[in-house]
Amino acid sequence: MELIVEGIRKAIWLLITFDREVLGITALSLKVSGLATFISLFIGISLGTVVALTRFPGRRLVVSLINTGMGVPPVVVGLFVTIFLWRNGPFGVLELLYTPTAIIIAQAVIATPIVAGISLASIQKLPEALRLQILALGATRIQMIWLLIREARLPLLAAVMAGFGGVISEVGASIMVGGNIKGYTRVLTTATVMETGKGNFDVAIALGVILLLFTFCINAILTGIQQRERPR
Amino acid sequence: MKMRNLSLVLMLTIAMALLAGGSPAAAAQKNLILATTTSTQDTGLLDVLIPIFEKKTGYFVKTIAVGSGQAMAMGTKGEADVLLVHSSDAEKKFMAEGNGVSRLLVMHNDFVIVGPPSDPAGIKGTKSAAEALKQIAAKGAIFTSRGDNSGTHAKEKALWKAAGINPEGQKFYQQTGLGMGQTLNVTAEKKTYTLTDRGTYLALKKNLGLDILVEGDNILLNVYHVIDVNPTKFPKVNAPAGKAFAEFMVSKEVQDIIATFGVDKYGSPLFFPDAGKPEYE
Repeated sequence: MELIVEGIRKAIWLLITFDREVLGITALSLKVSGLATFISLFIGISLGTVVALTRFPGRRLVVSLINTGMGVPPVVVGLFVTIFLWRNGPFGVLELLYTPTAIIIAQAVIATPIVAGISLASIQKLPEALRLQILALGATRIQMIWLLIREARLPLLAAVMAGFGGVISEVGASIMVGGNIKGYTRVLTTATVMETGKGNFDVAIALGVILLLFTFCINAILTGIQQRERPR
Repeated sequence: MKMRNLSLVLMLTIAMALLAGGSPAAAAQKNLILATTTSTQDTGLLDVLIPIFEKKTGYFVKTIAVGSGQAMAMGTKGEADVLLVHSSDAEKKFMAEGNGVSRLLVMHNDFVIVGPPSDPAGIKGTKSAAEALKQIAAKGAIFTSRGDNSGTHAKEKALWKAAGINPEGQKFYQQTGLGMGQTLNVTAEKKTYTLTDRGTYLALKKNLGLDILVEGDNILLNVYHVIDVNPTKFPKVNAPAGKAFAEFMVSKEVQDIIATFGVDKYGSPLFFPDAGKPEYE
């Protein structure tokens, strides 16, 4: 208990003194996970919308695959991304292993099915009549999709939060593909693991508190946008 | 139409991802991948040495701290440029297979058997490490093993062999599969016994509540070597950087740092420099 208080005190201290290493680690975490979420939004919403609006053979299998993907363990993703990025692996020439880019790739792979799954469910839930009405009013197909996405923005923002929350808190893939290199690929979660290994529990708790703090702030902002509904 | 949109998004994505990481291809020759055991990181030694090396040579060091077993596995695939490890038998095999260019003696410390001060198996002061393990097994006390093919785990297996016991699957034997620091935490929490390098134990001592119970047996010597990975076998290895790091580790400057590292914090050095001395075996 004493330790937790000590850790929280340490977290506040590290933040108000602008500890350069901790600030760097925090900034990297936000940048990497933010970009990964952003990428996953493009791919995930596109994929989710396409699958929600079309009928094709094997569609059920695709939906099952996306839903399974929502729960894939990050370490498994980390392992495969590592093997692909190895020097002597298929993408070795890119020299991406143990770089921030590698973490972004792995986290985007983790977040995409989450975003796709929630998008799929929320677009599919919209009444069929709405689509017909939009088309009947003379909208093009692209315009219709845009309107549908706008209509589903509440659950889609939930997808953003779920995706971001999933990757910023993830440690297994980040440590595997990033390597927890000081000042380069060390993010909040991997630093927490390392400080725990070193027995610096106060620092580990402090990093955890900082992670929670930033995640909360970002979710609060997103929730604010989500709930900013005009009263009907 | 839709396909074009999708491919546009994909291209944008890849461009963004590449931007975020800088231009990796240009920086390739500057990068050095150092695969090492957890103890060099958990003690904080590398935090002191790496910045000096980077400043001196201009290389960017990517330190991947894993067990010695995994570090050497990376070496045998050509996925690391230089190794800093402590698992003598595995190292010799690594060299015999032609995976390394040179293997240089860097430093040593020793392994110790630690456990709760109450010492339920009564091993405190036992001279022979193998005898101590026998006693732990006989008394039904619990031994916590790394179980991760690390250098420490390899040493521990050698000790069980010397004790004539096969601990696998036995009731008194628990494996964590974690690094040394975390394994020490588990050992402290469960009040069991474990084998650890002295450096990591000293660095973590303040939170553990574990005592050194057995030390000083010759078999407990813990020797660290630096190995640069063979570029003729693995053409993608950054050989000049690996060689530079190996030479750096045995240089007088680094050896002097190692000799005093930890004295201010723990009252005694964590490692003893050995460069240029004859091999222990």
